[in-house]
Amino acid sequence: MTELQLQRSQNSHTISLLVANKPGVLLRISLIFSRRGFNIESLVVSPTLDGRFSRMTITAQGDPSILEQIIKQAAKLVDVVHATEHKDISAVQKELALVKVKLNPETTGRVLQVVEHFKATTVDLTSNSLIIQATGSSEKLDAMISFLSEYGIIELVRTGKIVMARGKEKT
Amino acid sequence: MTKKLITGAELLIQYLEKKGVDIIFGYPGGAAIPIFDALVDSKIKLVLVRHEQGAAHIADGYARATGKPGVVLVTSGPGATNTVTGIITAMMDSVPMIVLCGQTITTSLGKDAFQEADVFGITAPIVKHSYLVKNPVDIPRIVEESFYICSTGRPGPVVIDLPKDITGAMTPIQDSPPVMDIPGYTFPTHARSKDIQKIANYIKQSHRPLILAGQGALISEAYNEIQELAETIQAPVVNTLLGKGVFPENHPLSLGMLGMHGTAYANKALTRCDLILSIGSRWDDRITPGKIERFCPDAVKLHIDIDPAEINKIVVPDASAVGDAKLVLRDLIPLLGKLNTKEWLKEVDQYRRKFPLNYKKTGGLKAQHVIDELYKLTKGDAIVTTDVGQHQMWAAQFFKSHFSRSWISSGGAGTMGFGFPAAIGAQFGCSKKTVIAIVGDGGFQMTAFELSTAMLHKLPIKIVVIDNKFLGMVRQWQQLFYDDRLSGVNLEGNPDFVKLAEAYGVKGFRIKRAADVRKILSRALAYSDGPCLIHAEVIKEDNVFPMIPAGGAAEDMLIEAPKVKMEKPKGST
Repeated sequence: MTELQLQRSQNSHTISLLVANKPGVLLRISLIFSRRGFNIESLVVSPTLDGRFSRMTITAQGDPSILEQIIKQAAKLVDVVHATEHKDISAVQKELALVKVKLNPETTGRVLQVVEHFKATTVDLTSNSLIIQATGSSEKLDAMISFLSEYGIIELVRTGKIVMARGKEKT
Repeated sequence: MTKKLITGAELLIQYLEKKGVDIIFGYPGGAAIPIFDALVDSKIKLVLVRHEQGAAHIADGYARATGKPGVVLVTSGPGATNTVTGIITAMMDSVPMIVLCGQTITTSLGKDAFQEADVFGITAPIVKHSYLVKNPVDIPRIVEESFYICSTGRPGPVVIDLPKDITGAMTPIQDSPPVMDIPGYTFPTHARSKDIQKIANYIKQSHRPLILAGQGALISEAYNEIQELAETIQAPVVNTLLGKGVFPENHPLSLGMLGMHGTAYANKALTRCDLILSIGSRWDDRITPGKIERFCPDAVKLHIDIDPAEINKIVVPDASAVGDAKLVLRDLIPLLGKLNTKEWLKEVDQYRRKFPLNYKKTGGLKAQHVIDELYKLTKGDAIVTTDVGQHQMWAAQFFKSHFSRSWISSGGAGTMGFGFPAAIGAQFGCSKKTVIAIVGDGGFQMTAFELSTAMLHKLPIKIVVIDNKFLGMVRQWQQLFYDDRLSGVNLEGNPDFVKLAEAYGVKGFRIKRAADVRKILSRALAYSDGPCLIHAEVIKEDNVFPMIPAGGAAEDMLIEAPKVKMEKPKGST
């Protein structure tokens, strides 16, 4: 990990919110971040088992004391049932990435080695490109993408991180 | 049997009546006509204002004076956007308010329809909660939730956006009471007993305790509890601007307001206390320095607040309790006994004697003189509202607040133009009380058109216009910190406010000489045939002291105008 990456990961926070499945919730949450000049790095919204609620997983960079404010302000919103920060150890954290890589006869073998090493799969193949699907921690995906960049990445789409608390703990 | 059908607007008014609403401040427009129509057959009184900002501030003043939510009704687009200043004023000062906005029909939403504005989006950052109603059947539930949300926990404004096809649609009357659906909304009541115990332990060890009472204590109606606490532990009490009245400022333990233009003795006490207990104050930047480490560096800091987001926001306290001030204090007081603070009270008394608030009655008419005399003539038995600026600070200093809900001022937002309409709302809410609006010549001109509203309803408000023909507070800063380079502060060209009042049919009085203050104010206070305006033509160049320069700590307080050049404030506005 480069020093910059290390700094980023130390300052990176994952917040999970259980919110009412109502219009405008995303606006209210994003306003809390933007008012304090915080950039949202990734954001995943999906329905929960109970159709009245949605789950939001947000990753953002920033100063921990401001983040404490953000979580408290989010928790205060009428439409937010629960807001909490998840640390790496206490929760399973996963992400999915699709990476479209350039292919030529000389590099194909090496690209496929990378795919195998990161337990990724290939989901689309053309004569000059390959789409790779990989899942895992964001750090693992970062590492794979870093390897693949050598061979020329045409496009990259990541879902953003989702988390689930381990054991008895609730997300 | 089929149920009787009524319009969505009629359903809305029905449920507002059920929530005890008896007065609405509003201004109509196309998208709101169904609601105004439904008001024709309602016992709710409709007060037609002259501008929607006025409606919002009037509702705010009503809410602060009575504790009941103020209700505003406006139309879509510009009608709604004109309330934005009023909404943020209420939000910053935790005032319960419901703003009902007409909206274009649902099929036109987002299509740039006539008088369409995304009111939900525009107001989202400045409301406690908001709704865009998509089905008339939801109206009873939304009204129920809105009143609950705006008036419980830390109060705040709620906006309800009502498309015209929803308020115009026919919908069945509902027999069963609405069921709220807000699983994400909770608010603290009692604090955790271990947190209260920790606070008690700190207090017991203190020799120089200081109580800081804020607006939260006032909202929670913790007046008796604060008094009991102060008298039990024999601690002096300072209050924030909005906390005026929660602890009587004429009580022997009161040091009055602290902060930027607080009393010198309150700020001296701040520098010397070994413990400060905030009850419902949010350590606002008018009372804490930009460098927060400089705030009471050697004192134990304790924080009681109903809003968990206020804990650690500015000050990181040694102990805190999240809960309703009244309930927390009721749990806390039995854990405490009398403290020996004789030496401390003696010290504080010395500050009080050495640095009293004062002004000279010579050298022209002074704003302080007018306000001081108002206080003496009314014996403090009045509701005072203010605008924002020098007159506000002088009013806070010289008009001692003896009881809660007697001081109504825009603190957090600092909204000029607030004072006069807020007085209208206060008078509507408290018809028997004397209501005095102390306003500046700048702020008054921002909402002076509500003279019509006050006149039509014969509200016996006393409007005291402190006219120095300057935007005095900004000028004071330019003089002190910007080398006396005055820019954009000269209000030459002010109207003759007596004639302006008379144009609206409002009685006008004029004070030009210090010698006339008592005589003319007595006459104005005795005048009861509707509103009256007192035009006080005060000296042009006078400044507010004591003063803690913005961003500074209490140690930096200036008791009087500095002889040396001051640096520009850093770390705060």
